[in-house]
Amino acid sequence: MDGETKTVLRVKALSKVYQTGDVVVSALRSVDFQASAGEFVVILGPSGSGKSTFLNIVGGLDTASSGQVWFGDMELTALDEGGLTRYRRDHVGFVFQFYNLVPSLTARENVQLVTEISRNPMTADDALALVGLSERQHHFPAQLSGGEQQRVAIARAIAKNPRLLLCDEPTGALDSATGVRVLEALVQVNRNLGATTLVITHNAAISEIADRVIRFADGRIAHETVNTARKVPAEVTW
Amino acid sequence: MVISPLRRKVLRDLRRLWAQVLAIALVLAAGVATLILGNGAYSSLTETRARYYDTSRFADVFADVTRAPRALLADIKAIDGVLDAEARIVKLARPDLPGMAEPGSLLLVSLPDLAGAGLNRLYLRQGRMPDPDSHREILLSEGFASAHGLGPGAPLTVVMNGRRVEMQVTGIALSPEFIYALGPGDMMPDPRRFGIAWAPRASLEAAFNLDGAFSNVVLKVVPGVPADRVIAELDRLTARYGGMGATARKDQISHAFLDAELKQLSAMVKVLPPIFLLVAAMLVNMTLSRLVTLEREQIGLFKAIGYSSRAVSVHYLEFVLCISLIGVVIGLVAGAWLGAGLAGMYARFFSFPFLVFTRDPQVYGLAALVAVTSAAGGALRSVGQVARLPPAVAMLPAAPPAYQNRLGRFRPFPGLRQTGVMIARHLFHRPVRTLFSIFGVAMSVAILVASLWSTASINLMVDVTFFRAERQDALIAFATPQPARAVFAGRSLPGVLVAEPFRTVPARISHRGLSRRLAVTGRPQDPRLSRVLAPDLRPMAMPETGLILSQALSEALGVRPGDRVTVEFLEGARPKVSLPVSGLSIGYVGLGAAIDLSELNRIMGDGMLVSGLNLLIDTAGQDAFFAAVKAAPRTEFVTLKAMTVTRFKETLAENITVMITVYVSLATIIAVGVVYNFARIALSEQGRELASLRVLGFTRREVSGILMGELAIVVLVAQPLGWAIGYGIASAMVAAFSSDLYRVPFVIGRDVYATASLAVLAAALGSAWLVRGRIDRLDMIKVLKTRE
Repeated sequence: MDGETKTVLRVKALSKVYQTGDVVVSALRSVDFQASAGEFVVILGPSGSGKSTFLNIVGGLDTASSGQVWFGDMELTALDEGGLTRYRRDHVGFVFQFYNLVPSLTARENVQLVTEISRNPMTADDALALVGLSERQHHFPAQLSGGEQQRVAIARAIAKNPRLLLCDEPTGALDSATGVRVLEALVQVNRNLGATTLVITHNAAISEIADRVIRFADGRIAHETVNTARKVPAEVTW
Repeated sequence: MVISPLRRKVLRDLRRLWAQVLAIALVLAAGVATLILGNGAYSSLTETRARYYDTSRFADVFADVTRAPRALLADIKAIDGVLDAEARIVKLARPDLPGMAEPGSLLLVSLPDLAGAGLNRLYLRQGRMPDPDSHREILLSEGFASAHGLGPGAPLTVVMNGRRVEMQVTGIALSPEFIYALGPGDMMPDPRRFGIAWAPRASLEAAFNLDGAFSNVVLKVVPGVPADRVIAELDRLTARYGGMGATARKDQISHAFLDAELKQLSAMVKVLPPIFLLVAAMLVNMTLSRLVTLEREQIGLFKAIGYSSRAVSVHYLEFVLCISLIGVVIGLVAGAWLGAGLAGMYARFFSFPFLVFTRDPQVYGLAALVAVTSAAGGALRSVGQVARLPPAVAMLPAAPPAYQNRLGRFRPFPGLRQTGVMIARHLFHRPVRTLFSIFGVAMSVAILVASLWSTASINLMVDVTFFRAERQDALIAFATPQPARAVFAGRSLPGVLVAEPFRTVPARISHRGLSRRLAVTGRPQDPRLSRVLAPDLRPMAMPETGLILSQALSEALGVRPGDRVTVEFLEGARPKVSLPVSGLSIGYVGLGAAIDLSELNRIMGDGMLVSGLNLLIDTAGQDAFFAAVKAAPRTEFVTLKAMTVTRFKETLAENITVMITVYVSLATIIAVGVVYNFARIALSEQGRELASLRVLGFTRREVSGILMGELAIVVLVAQPLGWAIGYGIASAMVAAFSSDLYRVPFVIGRDVYATASLAVLAAALGSAWLVRGRIDRLDMIKVLKTRE
């Protein structure tokens, strides 16, 4: 984190309160956070600690109860529904635990789904090559293994050349060996594209591949570690 | 009472899926309602008519003569197969009512000497029968009496045989002969301008100089004896007395119109309910199969914890039975309510002394049974699946949709956006459901096409009949043929601009064993007011020799232009000649044969005679004309085109509004049922991927565009199919309705297709709109956290 100019994401006093009936749940309590361009951040924390809520608000999927989030010069917390959609469309790549591929489209078509609506996309071929799936591009999700599906999801997320790559439990549904392959793809993308990458995980082992590790507890950032030396995914096991 | 958990689940499922449940139930209800309505009305009308005919001893054969001695009646009764016969005097007269400027007609019918004897017995609604010895007392038909506010005791002036007679109404009655009381020259009953008056025979004998004679005879035939044989014998007996050829009951106007109505009802029963029941079965199939897919793990769980396959299957069957029960209840109520409405409509058109709207439990039971069966039929496949699913397999999540197969891989065309590819693949992935839905929407279009076309056809009929063919303002018919100077007299009536003579002579036209009885009309060589039109609607000049036959007649006789037909005239010297068919004309009501007037008079050999005049009237002189016509002694009846047309259009307008409301509602029920269920099921299947697209940055509009695109394709592809099916149904209906009495021109304009499509599109848009709200509210975060 050297220099204000490279800061991609700034979060200030972000709070989120869910109210269902009489029950009020504070999912986030005044979180402050920054991430700079190309940074790889791993977010750890138990269930209900607020990490997913944090990622959803930063990704423009959810709105804050109070506080502010800036993406570069853009204040996300001031955007309306349409503005958030545009933000996601232009700048954010998402990777999820359950891949969320469109079953009726092939791997390549799933990627094209995104390149068709992006301003500055790479080609679907390049995106699939980046995750090592060029061979399987004409297969439908049902014909791919879990790891392959997740790599298609990564290809789909990066094909727009996003400045922000948000991953929520990307290896959560995968075995260790496959998870490593997926992490390798993420690291490679992070390195090649310089996209700021936030990865949520339950898996503390993964934190070793990050530049920085954030630990959420009870709606707050409880702990923050900067890794002086990053491991490569192949060195990680769980 | 303890409700078992599975049963409680049925109730909760019904509540949770209420909108889909209701949509399906309404389609079923429409099937039940149309079934009850059709069957109920059909059986009620048939039963009412049968009972009425029976109790009133409605005749089987009807014949008019000019004047036959009463002694002939004994010979008629002696004809083999005749059970009973009644000789009557039946004559047209004119009522003279202070409140009625335009001329009307009263058909006078003599009463038998013995009260309560004879055929076509009257049903006395009010008052008493006239005194047989009185020459001043009459009974009036109910429609006419109520149209003019005449009750027992009211005076009524009647112009009989040119003489004004002051009569007194003694009662109001109904006759099986005039259930559908159509006045001369009219196309719709108009109780204001046409009524029936019954008077003692003696008084009519005196009024029409028919002492000891009769002008009409009605016969009751021994059951099982063919009417044709009796008719032939009767015609032989009456020929000498100006017999105009007897008709069987099936050709009796009132009876024939009732028959046409019954035909229409039975067509409705054959067409509509099956459509609804089929669509409902389809919807049950679609919805239940989705529900079973969604609840796969629950099904596994139920079985795992010890519920038998049978119990779990029955659970889903119960769900469907509940839907059909809701449909049946709505349908029964709607059917009974619509049935009462239809009975009311019958009461207006048909004069029955009583109308039994059968609340036959059998009709209701059958409708309910058919509805439940069709719903259960739709559920069969899914329920079978439930039964066969092993618990271990069921509890695993279902395999993801395998798009790798055959049609799933289908690439519609290069250059299509991925969202377009998704739409195409979704539709092809479930071809049966897609086809079902297309078929369902097509049926709602078809119902509309098959019902709306008649409006345009009727308008065409009115236009051709009243504005291209019959261009006169009024028609005067004389009681007996008059010499040519009547034309000049007519022309000099006040307000008359043009007078064109015609002569009608009853005749039997035959060709190779086929024959029809009708009136041959003699017209001037180049008629201007009452014209005969060729099929291309060009007016035809009368040929020097030969006949112009209406298409209906030529088909009935199996003749073509150039063939010769035998014409046996049934008046005067009753000449029998062979004439060539010179041309064919278009005509929608009755059978028609036209001939040159001079040629007709030459054949008849009784001088230059005319039966009446077609007149063009100056609107300014109309009142003077009415007054003069009322006073004219030789006039038998007058028809006024403007009134006929107005009455026709009024009656139709009333019925058409009702009809269109009913059919549009029915079509909407289908369209909404199909589109809404299709959309909800598609959304349930694709909700997850649509929400994922929202996450990827697709706008609400783009995401709902995918589902709406699927709907749009289903609905649009259904349109031409619906038009074609509708055309098929309509043409089958035309063929079924065509009779000697009338034939309907079969025209389906583009406006019919357009209206049908617009109505269905509106219903589809409405249901799509309901679902769109759900797409907009898709929970993006939830889908990311769950596996399907």
